[in-house]
Amino acid sequence: MEESDGAAVVRAQAGDGDAFRVLVERHSRSVFRLAYRMTGHEQDAEDVVQETFLRAYKQLSHYESRSSFSTWLYRIASNYSLDLIRMRKRHEDKREASTEEGRSPLDTVAAADPAQDRLVFSNEVQERVHRAMKDLSDLERSAFVLRHFEGLSIEDIGGMLGTSLNATKHSIFRAVQKLRKQLEPLVTPAA
Amino acid sequence: MNEEHISEEQLVLFYYGEAGDAAPIDSHLSQCERCRAEYRAVQTVLNTVDTAPVPERGAEYGTSVWQRIERKVGARKKSRWFSWWIWAPASVAMLALAFWAGRITHRVEAPSNVAGGQVRERILLVAVGDHLERSQMVLAEISNAPAGRGKIDISEQQQMAEDLLDSNRLYRQTANRTGDTAVANVLDDLERVLLEIANSPAQIDQGQLSDLREQIKDRGLLFKIRVIGSKVQQEERAPAPKQEDSKQGTKL
Repeated sequence: MEESDGAAVVRAQAGDGDAFRVLVERHSRSVFRLAYRMTGHEQDAEDVVQETFLRAYKQLSHYESRSSFSTWLYRIASNYSLDLIRMRKRHEDKREASTEEGRSPLDTVAAADPAQDRLVFSNEVQERVHRAMKDLSDLERSAFVLRHFEGLSIEDIGGMLGTSLNATKHSIFRAVQKLRKQLEPLVTPAA
Repeated sequence: MNEEHISEEQLVLFYYGEAGDAAPIDSHLSQCERCRAEYRAVQTVLNTVDTAPVPERGAEYGTSVWQRIERKVGARKKSRWFSWWIWAPASVAMLALAFWAGRITHRVEAPSNVAGGQVRERILLVAVGDHLERSQMVLAEISNAPAGRGKIDISEQQQMAEDLLDSNRLYRQTANRTGDTAVANVLDDLERVLLEIANSPAQIDQGQLSDLREQIKDRGLLFKIRVIGSKVQQEERAPAPKQEDSKQGTKL
């Protein structure tokens, strides 16, 4: 039978390095997914995964089992992701400008093949989702990712982000509103 | 029930199963075409968001992450007295002092000395970068410490804060002397928080932890440190200046 997170944490807190390895191996993929959705960059997500586990290891003695180990890890990962996002923001405009300049005019030409059409449409939707997520404020993105993708309760998210229940609800709502504004024209069939 | 429609916020909460009593909403949706259409629009958009791909990581990913951090985790277990960050600030401080002493007394260098000055300056930039990175680590650890009912042990962060204080003081004084007030102000803020951490009890309660977090947050310290750290990195990466430029000296 697989050892529970709680038991592995207790062993790791007692200095058992092998127990911490078990936790890293078990949670790396989910931390990566969260980090990627928060940052939108693969390399940044890799950095977040690594730093999250290093910080978790350092703070392991402070961990109390009031929240699940994964929630605690998500908290560290989302905080570090936010730090990275803020740091990267300064370079964003420059990066976006160069991407626009580098885009071939052919990219915007409609494809003749229907399958190709679907592919172009799907890419456009994904690109739009990516952009819409980036346009959310840090708090909105964190709250939305944790609720929508990770399925955490609004109460837990509030606890992780240090926001009240109402503020957390409002952040999620604002995020959905912004996503609707960006995506609805693309995905809702014209009446 | 059609006289009062369901708000967009309620529909979003309903989608996530967080609307409390779902039965009245369910019942309203079954009768009201307008709200049903609105809910379908919410669903469509949120389902679309799900299609955004996340790069795949295989079953062995956890093992590769462990291999990447194993050495670092091991290194953190070593005796504190041999940790590089204990002795590094002292040597860096000496180097910085020597560098600035030279910079202040010899503002205009002879061309033959320019290369040597640039090397010293680069070493200093690396040292400042390291200092900021270590400071950032302490602040981030305090900011991310898990909330709980009992006392929280911050003795490790305290030790680091104490070690960082001396070098921070030196960098701040130097920045003041060279007229780099923006950097000096951030280092001044950082010093106050480091001092606060160093002087706190080793075991703090939730209230004290919140106070420390507030101080870090109110001063916007983590962000400011990153901005300076980024400037330092840019200068580190920048190509060596021309001889005429090098006479001016590079600010932090």
